[in-house]
Amino acid sequence: MANHPIARHVLRAKDLADAWYFEPLTVADLARAAGLSRAHFSHEFRKAFGESPHAYLLTRRLERAAAMLRTTDRSVAEICHDVGLSSVGSFTASFTRTYGMSPTAYRKAFPPAADLARVPGCLVRAYGRPRLRTFREDRGAAAS
Amino acid sequence: MMLKIGSMQVWVHDQDEALQFYTRKLGMEVRSDVTVPELGNFRWLTVGPVGQPDISIVLMPIPEPPMMDKETADAVRELMSKGVGATIFLTTDDCRKAYEELSARGVEFVEPPEERPYGIDSGFRDVSGNHIRLTQVYDNFGG
Repeated sequence: MANHPIARHVLRAKDLADAWYFEPLTVADLARAAGLSRAHFSHEFRKAFGESPHAYLLTRRLERAAAMLRTTDRSVAEICHDVGLSSVGSFTASFTRTYGMSPTAYRKAFPPAADLARVPGCLVRAYGRPRLRTFREDRGAAAS
Repeated sequence: MMLKIGSMQVWVHDQDEALQFYTRKLGMEVRSDVTVPELGNFRWLTVGPVGQPDISIVLMPIPEPPMMDKETADAVRELMSKGVGATIFLTTDDCRKAYEELSARGVEFVEPPEERPYGIDSGFRDVSGNHIRLTQVYDNFGG
């Protein structure tokens, strides 16, 4: 391993947070990825990126959650789990603090996800076609 | 005339299972996940690579009537189970590292990384049996 500046190792941790935020990642995991002790890592991360690794990881998760609230109809509990957080209560609290409104209110502030989903016409025609239980034409004897 | 790829579809046996695979194992992001009541609760589900927002993969359930008659849908399902599905060609900047990471996540490689004239190439399957290539193309390889 070449002798890279320490920021290069810290970047590895930031990339890990961006790529695997949906896993139950902790700051300890990020420090391990950077190969630094917890305290040293937090200090170096803040020096390199201007915020603590904890804040970075949490805001990455909240950004993804906000995107899912806008583009999916998954429930708040599902989304909380989808972004690697286990407690719906603390997720809702963090989200509300960050966005100034609850996840539910945030979702209501945007057009419904179904309006944004670009379900192509071919699928609308295929899945929207009604299914008739009986066709008079099927009863051969009657058709004459 | 301008044409670009917007999204491509793959058939999947189970949308929930496929979503878990493409997001949690491959690290893609969910782009759209909407269930449409007026279409018999058809679920429009798309995913895509982080950092490539203009291209998505549509995870389509193997169709049921009225999309397809049962016989045709069964034939699709049987072909899928024999591995005759889609192929998705993914690229990466470090094939061997991606191989290690994905293997650690339980992705079963059909072909571990090997040197090819154009780069380092490998292959695995998604949960539905679709074939996925993972290639690190050499910088100086033109074609």
